[in-house]
Amino acid sequence: MFDYIFLVPLIPLAGFIFNGLMIGRVPRPLISFIGCLTVGLSFLLSVLLFFNLKNLPPEARFIEQVLFSWIPAGSFQVDIAFLLDPLSAVMILVVSGVGFLIHVYSVGYMHHDPGYGRYFCFLNLFTFSMLTLVLANNFLLMFVGWEGVGLCSYLLIGFWFEKKSASDAGKKAFIVNRIGDFGFLLGMFLIFWQVGSLHFATVMKTAPTVFVAGGGLITAACILLFVGATGKSAQIPLYVWLPDAMEGPTPVSALIHAATMVTAGVYMIARTNALYVMAPDALLVVAIVGAVTAFFAATIGLAQNDIKRVLAYSTVSQLGYMFLACGVAAFSAGIFHLMTHAFFKALLFLGAGSVIHAMSAEQDMRKMGGLKKYLPITYPTMLIATLAIAGIPGLSGFFSKDEILWKSFSSMNGHLVLWVIGFVTAGLTAFYMFRLIYLTFHGKERMDEKTRHHLHESPRTMTVPLIFLAIFSVIGGWVGMPHIFGVANYFEHWLEPVMAHGGGEVEGPMLAAGGGDTGTEVLLMVVSVVLVLVAIFAARYYYLKNTQAATSLREKLSGVHKLLLNKYYVDEIYGAVIVRPVVYGSIFLWKVVDVVIIDGFANGMATIIRDISELLKNIQTGQVRRYATLFVVGVLILIAYFTFG
Amino acid sequence: MVFDWLTLVIFFPLVGVLIMLFIPSKNHDTLKGVSLIIAFITMLISFGIYYMFDTLGNGMQFEINETWIVSLGINYHLGIDGISLLLIVLTTILTVLCILSSWNSVTVNVKGYYISMLFLSTGMIGVFCALDLFLFYVFWEVMLIPMYFIIGVWGGPRKIYAAIKFVLFTMFGSLLMLVALLYLYFEYARFSGEYTFDLFKIMDMPIAYQPQLLIFGAFALAFAIKVPLFPFHTWLPDAHVQAPTAGSVILAGVLLKMGTYGFVRICLPLFPEATLAYLPYISILAVIAIIYGALVSMVQKDVKSLVAFSSVSHMGFVMLGMFALNMEGLEGSVIQMINHGISTGALFLIVGMIYERRHTRLIEDFGGIARVMPTFSAFFMIVVLSSIGLPFTNGFVGEFLILLGTFKTNVTLAVLATSGVVLAACYMLWMYQRVIFGKVTNPENENLKDLTPREKLILVPLVLLIFWIGIYPKPFLERIEPAVKQILVHIDNARLADNGSETIIEKTVAGETETVDVAFGEKEEIK
Repeated sequence: MFDYIFLVPLIPLAGFIFNGLMIGRVPRPLISFIGCLTVGLSFLLSVLLFFNLKNLPPEARFIEQVLFSWIPAGSFQVDIAFLLDPLSAVMILVVSGVGFLIHVYSVGYMHHDPGYGRYFCFLNLFTFSMLTLVLANNFLLMFVGWEGVGLCSYLLIGFWFEKKSASDAGKKAFIVNRIGDFGFLLGMFLIFWQVGSLHFATVMKTAPTVFVAGGGLITAACILLFVGATGKSAQIPLYVWLPDAMEGPTPVSALIHAATMVTAGVYMIARTNALYVMAPDALLVVAIVGAVTAFFAATIGLAQNDIKRVLAYSTVSQLGYMFLACGVAAFSAGIFHLMTHAFFKALLFLGAGSVIHAMSAEQDMRKMGGLKKYLPITYPTMLIATLAIAGIPGLSGFFSKDEILWKSFSSMNGHLVLWVIGFVTAGLTAFYMFRLIYLTFHGKERMDEKTRHHLHESPRTMTVPLIFLAIFSVIGGWVGMPHIFGVANYFEHWLEPVMAHGGGEVEGPMLAAGGGDTGTEVLLMVVSVVLVLVAIFAARYYYLKNTQAATSLREKLSGVHKLLLNKYYVDEIYGAVIVRPVVYGSIFLWKVVDVVIIDGFANGMATIIRDISELLKNIQTGQVRRYATLFVVGVLILIAYFTFG
Repeated sequence: MVFDWLTLVIFFPLVGVLIMLFIPSKNHDTLKGVSLIIAFITMLISFGIYYMFDTLGNGMQFEINETWIVSLGINYHLGIDGISLLLIVLTTILTVLCILSSWNSVTVNVKGYYISMLFLSTGMIGVFCALDLFLFYVFWEVMLIPMYFIIGVWGGPRKIYAAIKFVLFTMFGSLLMLVALLYLYFEYARFSGEYTFDLFKIMDMPIAYQPQLLIFGAFALAFAIKVPLFPFHTWLPDAHVQAPTAGSVILAGVLLKMGTYGFVRICLPLFPEATLAYLPYISILAVIAIIYGALVSMVQKDVKSLVAFSSVSHMGFVMLGMFALNMEGLEGSVIQMINHGISTGALFLIVGMIYERRHTRLIEDFGGIARVMPTFSAFFMIVVLSSIGLPFTNGFVGEFLILLGTFKTNVTLAVLATSGVVLAACYMLWMYQRVIFGKVTNPENENLKDLTPREKLILVPLVLLIFWIGIYPKPFLERIEPAVKQILVHIDNARLADNGSETIIEKTVAGETETVDVAFGEKEEIK
């Protein structure tokens, strides 16, 4: 069975190649059939692989498949090779599973688009790249997937390329990601330079002997890799591309910019956890960046009016949670949240897509309202997802978020401040998500007559994936219940072999005392649930019961509101501080340094030589009298020289 | 006696020239046909050589050494290693594609044009095969003439200025090279009593440090102008912009490689001590070239000059990797020479295709091409990605190895150079966006025809090579590796001598395995 690991990414690649070569030559049903089938097959294979892996004893759950030697150069050797272990098994299930549902959804959503074939092409290429990313057994092949998903993201954000804002957003995403890749590359160089290999298992195994724990090199390596993660996973300071990425088709936002690609950074840190546990300073940076991003993005989410933008900032914020988890060395909690988030956030985006579909492409929530009765499937499924992300007990998001909050407090790398930030963010999350629900589905119908007339529930290809995702949004968290519920945390247990090398999760000193831990855990859990409920009721008050209050609050805090609405002006600041100076500096280099100075020097030399020649030319007149005169003058000078000299 | 494949591949294009001399100038189709067939057969010959090349072989292969001018000790000495092999194959492939690409665009003086192309290819292949410095110099100069004509006759509006600039810059360098050559010639005679230009014989001669610095400088200047290394690059944008498409392709694809090839073949093994002495300066210039080329490229208004400046940046990578002087860097550098030929060649071809349709290359004249020319846009995208160095395209393999090699020797330079990777994405994607995306704003772009079968035929092989080298570079790398090892032996010797350790190192003899005693007392097998 394990001989077929390579087929998991390769089947979608075959779909890409087929659809790519046949573009414009085959009918749409065939395109969508190939597109969905390949990802579906990948998913089935992933399921089979998962159960095969499960049947092995935990310490044997490490299967490598080497296809061929990729870049052999001197001492540098890298293979095209895949690694199936508990971590990658979870990832391929999520990627191909959610990916499959989104492919099916796209059949309905993109039905009228002229670029149908191109769309499925890119989507399959994305699935291939993402699966390569998570299955790679070395840094470099991971980087292939890493860049591949970035490319697909670029192509799909700018899918409607005639729109300037779309192609701008695509380009921005690619370039910002490249800045992150700059860090990733340097991190790889540093690791290879020190360890002499980029093979994960080798690096993790030899790192403790090569690096000094807590030393400068390992900290630098981890922070450089993390720079890569901030690009791909949209964290401060490189998060700016993700909100703009909403220019792409909504299923793309769901798949790439919520469920899978943007979580690659979290996956990378979990994959290299053995390095990070050796660099506590780097972990602290990860935790702080994660916590601050979570909070910061949530505040922006409070003021956005575009339904997809709210979800985009929410994604940035939730990714911050995952990094917070990684930063306190609770890697499996981070991956757990990655998984549950994939379910409910994909669902939210697809739900939003269904709303947009119904609303004749309108995305402004101020023009929605009262959609509940028109969208009998979209509404309940989206509500489930909202409850899940808000962290209502029993749903998937509750378990994963609760674990992160608890670990951020209790882990040895944790801190009360980190917990407080996470806690406040949980409240904000519940508030802005229910603001979205109330503005969209409840209250007065604010759309115009024509749009209202068109309102309809989406076709079955779109609603069935919603239902499936809703189911997972509920039950997806049950595999990782906290031990205070009296059951084993299967998820953490499953990932243990991957996290074990570096010591995995370190329980904090507070727990060492024993006894008080359970009490604290329950207390923190209850406090956060209460906060979430309060936030939900606040949202209900402001956006459903008493909309007047929301308006007056907004007017009272108009300065803050403006700041949030304009996203703290970060884009403008980047433009003024980085983009414009680079462009003007380059123009200076071209017009002045290149043309005037360097080329001026070369041409100047030519001119000088020509001028000298012009002067000398005057001597060569061809007139014998002139020559005779010069001759006499010369002789006289010589005589004078020898006589007096 | 072994069949002399190298002479065949070098001079076969001249057979075409000979045939074409007897074809009347008016028979355009016949002329084009003959040149295409000849170039194609030359390509097949080079494939044959590639096939027969012994991957595990050490030293030069297909070697031939005949006396040429006895009285001066000049020999007709040819031979190739993996580096020259790949460059020869690149040259013959690009020549075929160039002839195909000129099919409709060259209408005046057709006979002269195709004769120049074939002549040029003889010169280029000759440089890559020559192992006698005089012979090398002859081929080096031979190339110059047809290229001068290609730019000067079939070029754009400022073709004369560009052609003269090209020749003057190159001549300036090659004259210094000639002086240096003669110095080596006489110095060797004093050393051994024999007059020779033979590369390997001269390689065995120890050269004192001070003259070595000067001689290296003379060669390096000649090569640096060709590369072109910042700040000797200003002839390049002019030459590229004015040259016809095929001229640009050959210029970027092969002629620039002459510079880097010269460094690898002559400077590094002949003057290892001087190489080490100049290393910091050249590396710094290379990094400046990477960043400077990228920044200036970003603000160009003409697509062709954008690509030209991007060449400055890419060739900076080649130089940087070479002067990392380790396996990774040098192998990356060589593979990047090939990559740059493929990617930049493809870019120039693509620019040429759109130029033929619109007779403009200004970025602002385009926009929305994706809708009217989808196939063109797809090819363009792939080539742009390869130029940016996306993994699984050829560019990545080269750049990664170069940066990795550099990182091992100089972290600061590697960090600076890596920023070039970010900048490459900026200038390429920005250009691509303005040309390809958006709405069609210019009515002249409304009815452009997508690629013709001939044009697809030109681009498909390049795209295949892009992915081949990107996904499975092993066949190329394993051919380069022995050659690179040989060069590094010279450098390592110099390093050891510099460290003052007592190490006996035998001179490398082709085909033999020898043991090099490394300073640390380990024994390293060098194949």
